[in-house]
Amino acid sequence: MIPEYGDILFLSICMLVVLTGFWVVVSPNLVHSAVSLLFTLFGVAGLYVFLYADFIAASQIIIYVGGILVLIIFGVMLTNTISDQNISNKSQNRVPAAIACLIMLVLQIRGILNTNWYIAENQIRESTVNDIGILLLSKYLLPFEIISLLLLAALIGAAMLSRKKV
Amino acid sequence: MINMLEIYLFVSAILLNMGIFAVITRKNAVAILMGIELILNSANINFIAFNRFGNFEVLDGHVFSIFVIVLAAAEAAVALAIIINLFKNVGTVKVDEATELKG
Repeated sequence: MIPEYGDILFLSICMLVVLTGFWVVVSPNLVHSAVSLLFTLFGVAGLYVFLYADFIAASQIIIYVGGILVLIIFGVMLTNTISDQNISNKSQNRVPAAIACLIMLVLQIRGILNTNWYIAENQIRESTVNDIGILLLSKYLLPFEIISLLLLAALIGAAMLSRKKV
Repeated sequence: MINMLEIYLFVSAILLNMGIFAVITRKNAVAILMGIELILNSANINFIAFNRFGNFEVLDGHVFSIFVIVLAAAEAAVALAIIINLFKNVGTVKVDEATELKG
């Protein structure tokens, strides 16, 4: 049986997400973690493309990669001296934490495998942007406005926290 | 076709547990923030995957994942402002060395 190219691409994106995510978690250098997080976020955007979520994939790249990751690297650079070549990022309590997380992972995987998931028949559609726009301005209008207020409050709060005292 | 719901759930579960591992083991506050980003991403993958395989007519999961992305952006901005203030006042971003409150 010849494997399809789409399957190969899908599995390699899954491997990319898992491996770079693992390096984010265990890397001894903070800058390596940040750069590795870049590839994890790109891989998650690729998974969204495989799920026909075009708008979410674009927002993932624009907001996460273009915004949050830049903020994180900004934080790394501001809170460490540049001359410090090897920005240390030590971990502690690795073994108990790994055991706890592995137990939790095994339980979750057992749950996923033992559940009989409902799968709908219709799984193909056109672009999702139109329907998301309609939903955001009809059914989810109030949460949309509340979350815009929250974003404004977070923006003002962050600016207030980080400016100089007058 | 290997593109099925369980694969997405596996990837999402692995990301969730790696994020929890980072939050538990890391001492640097910025690295803890990266772990939280991993956790939020895994939640987003679940929303989108269930939306596609469960009911693809209505896009509620997409809207929820937009809300999660907005929350992640707000959280990253405020957390980094707090971390930079911590660095200015205490001189370190290691969460176990900021013991002013004797916690």
